[in-house]
Amino acid sequence: MAIMRMRDALREALREEMLRDERIFLMGEDIGLYGGSYAVTKGLLEEFGEERVRDTPIAESAIVGIGIGAAMGGLHPMVEIMTINFSFLALDQIVNNAAKLLHMSNGQINVPLVIRMASGGGSQLAATHSHSLEGLYAHFPGLKVVCPSTPADAKGLLKRAFRDQNTVVFIEHTANYGLRGEVPDDPDFLVEFGVANVMREGTDVTIVGYSGSVHQAVRAAQMLEEQEEISAEVIDLRTLRPLDIETVVRSVKKTNRAVIVEDAWRFGGFGGELAAQVMERAFDWLDAPVARVACKDVPLPYNRNLEFHALPSEEDVVEAVLGMFKE
Amino acid sequence: MTTDIQHDLMRELGAERLGLFLYQMVLIRQFEERCGELYTKGKIRGFLHLYTGQEACAVGSINCLEERDKVLTHYRDHGHALARGVDPNGVMAELFGKATGVAGGRGGSMHLYDVEKGFLGGYAIVAAHLPLAVGLGVAAQMKGEDFVTLCIFGEGSVGEGEFHEALNMSVLWNTPTVFFCENNLYGMGVPFKASLSTEVPKLAAAYNMPAVSVDGMDVLAVYGATREAVAHARAGKGPYFIEAMTYRYRGHSMADPELYRLKEEVEEAKRRDCIERLKGQMMAAGMLDEEGFAEVEARARAVVEEAVEFAERSPQPALDTLFDHLYKE
Repeated sequence: MAIMRMRDALREALREEMLRDERIFLMGEDIGLYGGSYAVTKGLLEEFGEERVRDTPIAESAIVGIGIGAAMGGLHPMVEIMTINFSFLALDQIVNNAAKLLHMSNGQINVPLVIRMASGGGSQLAATHSHSLEGLYAHFPGLKVVCPSTPADAKGLLKRAFRDQNTVVFIEHTANYGLRGEVPDDPDFLVEFGVANVMREGTDVTIVGYSGSVHQAVRAAQMLEEQEEISAEVIDLRTLRPLDIETVVRSVKKTNRAVIVEDAWRFGGFGGELAAQVMERAFDWLDAPVARVACKDVPLPYNRNLEFHALPSEEDVVEAVLGMFKE
Repeated sequence: MTTDIQHDLMRELGAERLGLFLYQMVLIRQFEERCGELYTKGKIRGFLHLYTGQEACAVGSINCLEERDKVLTHYRDHGHALARGVDPNGVMAELFGKATGVAGGRGGSMHLYDVEKGFLGGYAIVAAHLPLAVGLGVAAQMKGEDFVTLCIFGEGSVGEGEFHEALNMSVLWNTPTVFFCENNLYGMGVPFKASLSTEVPKLAAAYNMPAVSVDGMDVLAVYGATREAVAHARAGKGPYFIEAMTYRYRGHSMADPELYRLKEEVEEAKRRDCIERLKGQMMAAGMLDEEGFAEVEARARAVVEEAVEFAERSPQPALDTLFDHLYKE
């Protein structure tokens, strides 16, 4: 075990996988000479050379499309989209080619590709640069969607992504890059997809989050325990597709209450899907309607006060939980 | 008209190979005309884009490839599949949506695939397969293999950003890619001169790759240009661009009332027909007579009828296969 930041854990995963499998190469904007916009790929160009760490023009659609083609040709590329906000420019490639080729070709063509993107608001980057789109990508059958919240999971899930025969959209919350945590050194350390992580056990309410919102959930749980004597269980989904609904349902059947926290907009968001699945599977166990804490339905403004007013906070989570205990 | 260069090319190719070109063009023509009939009978559904008139493009270009090479094309893709040797039975069954189709009935007309033949698909989003072709070139380079990727698209693609992104990156990374633009003059119903401010080869030349324009109604011209392009790419000299000027005889799709062009224009194009042209050239060279041509037509007709029968008698995909091939284990 070593203590490291999430960005370093991600780099370790890339490095170990590149040493293990020569079919893996990296491409993206500023991942080489610059070292990566969030320093995830720093030093990899020097270690692996220009053929395996490729700086690209600013052309998201072609970057992803070339990754898909290279995957079809027998390689296992990783494409970095500098931020998730730019992935709209590559949406057609991701949705129409990466996600669908296997099915449309009746199993003839698979696309083993890892697409990494930095996600999330809270950095005063205003509306065009503050998206949380995990739920958008989870909407498309054929994709796998991974969103770690801890350094250990970041490493284990990213390494697991390179063992997959399908396209994995790997979403990293920018607020988590500097987060420190224990990370296993074992080069065979993998975190399986579709297995949620119970971050904290509790008996009175289940708080479900993913990506950045997991940390608000954990802080809210601490506040609830200290201030309200409410015992909250916190679940980190870790992957949205495949989704480990069983772990959520098992927890809800124990606590009888569920709150879903996400950075994305509430309207049409992934939280709505999750709430529906909980109600479909655990309706009789619920003592209150499933609550959702999410971004307010507005583009994120630049001003810090306005931005944080729009984004969900741990106080919002606490308030939602308390609302469930009122008669 | 046959030029001296084409006389040489005809001599070099010989009667057998030219006979194959002729047969493939006739096969595609008959296959497409039969598809048109089957569409009106409701046997084929969805969008159907027929390739009639453009046969020389597929036959002249794809026959320059080796077995290990790859082909990606647009959604008007039956002709390319047939020219690449994809089983006509499997193509017709796919159009019928049957389990025996080349994509198991999941793809339909616009999405044909046969990986064993190096036919990596018809792509139904304009220009979306150009970056894929560059990526395949990256794979060839990194794996130390010398396969070439032929990427076929229509002139409507040049308005898309991906066209420019792919061309630029293929030159930057020197990929073994042959970009083959079938310019049939219309992007659906918009004349390409109304949608492009310059000429197609100039765009490619601007990205620093060799770019030529050829008569796409002349299979020998297409073959000659593509052969040079493939050799260039295979030799590690990077991408090469060909524009083939062609014409589709039918509407954009079966739904097209063709309000944007005159019947006279279509008739004029038919006077430059690629099949008639090669037939005439082969006859003048003593490689073919009317009887021989009738045999070619009869052979193609038999193959198309067998394909229709095969498609008719093939089973529907079982409903319990719906979720097959969603993820690869």
